[in-house]
Amino acid sequence: MTNRSPASLGALFLSFLIIGCTSIGGGLTAWIRHELVERRRWIDDQQFLANYGLSQMVPGATNVNLAVLIGTQLRGGIGACVAFAGLMLVPLSILLLLGAFYFAARNAAGASWINTALAGAGAAAIGFNVATGIRLGRTNVKRVGPMLIAGAIIIGIGVLRIPLLEVLLVMLPTSLGLTLFERSR
Amino acid sequence: MIGTLLQIMAMFAALSLLAFGGGAAVLPDMQRQAVEVHHWLTAREFLDMFALSRAIPPGSLIVVLIGQKAAGVVGGLAAFLAMFGPSSALAFVVARVWHRAGRAVWREVLEQALAPVSVGLTIASGIAIARSTEHDWVVYAVTVSTTALLTFTRLHPLAVMGVGAVVVTLAGG
Repeated sequence: MTNRSPASLGALFLSFLIIGCTSIGGGLTAWIRHELVERRRWIDDQQFLANYGLSQMVPGATNVNLAVLIGTQLRGGIGACVAFAGLMLVPLSILLLLGAFYFAARNAAGASWINTALAGAGAAAIGFNVATGIRLGRTNVKRVGPMLIAGAIIIGIGVLRIPLLEVLLVMLPTSLGLTLFERSR
Repeated sequence: MIGTLLQIMAMFAALSLLAFGGGAAVLPDMQRQAVEVHHWLTAREFLDMFALSRAIPPGSLIVVLIGQKAAGVVGGLAAFLAMFGPSSALAFVVARVWHRAGRAVWREVLEQALAPVSVGLTIASGIAIARSTEHDWVVYAVTVSTTALLTFTRLHPLAVMGVGAVVVTLAGG
């Protein structure tokens, strides 16, 4: 499939720079689709979804993977680097500044309310993670077998605190075996 | 200093390739290693950093703050490269292979098998962090109600985090 219009490296960098800024606060996937599919028309929805599915399969931050995948599709290896750099430049700079501010303010007199407020925001951020998992599960995990696998991982890591590597070494082959078994019937 | 940088790079490079379903998957292991093994920060600081970084895309830049706490700005950059480099390189290789393979059965099988694993890891990470940092009923209540709100409504996550901060501050933390 040919792309609707060629993406120059400069435009690719600029687009991902914009995405990195607009998605502050959330909705990164939605912003990537908006910029690349609707505004620039470099890829269509089908290509976007294919890359999105792929980004979920590769370990690592899925949205960063998505930027790398689309960058690769549009301009190869250099496109992947440009997309990654554009996406991360502003968020990384903000984080380093936030970090410097946090380390300086944490121990200052009269700053205890910052710690309290952060505890509240952190508690809500944890809820955001759990809610994201539940939303993903409602659309992608519908049968009993996969539910048991997700449940076992939740108990193993969330409650029993078994290290991630050990859980994955058991649960990845189990899930793969179950999928193959279900498809063979 | 060099030793700490090497520890940072080794830890995050390994986690980078284990993060199935996104950065949230490796948060419990990240916390265990940074807090309990290397003693770079306390569990409470980990939660603060989690809150600070959660709203900045891609939502897993907490690694920068952990690296920054352990070894300054250079440590933050080392953690960033180690966390996002290996997985991005893998994504690049996968993109190359996949665009040549077209629609193959193995791709569907992998997608289907990874879905429950990713969902489990995402939910588990929230529970693990809550259990290791929250000891106050107000804070627990904020987590539970936020989970319900963001599951069943379309409220903006950043707004909900702001409300959480206000509620806990007013309750006196």
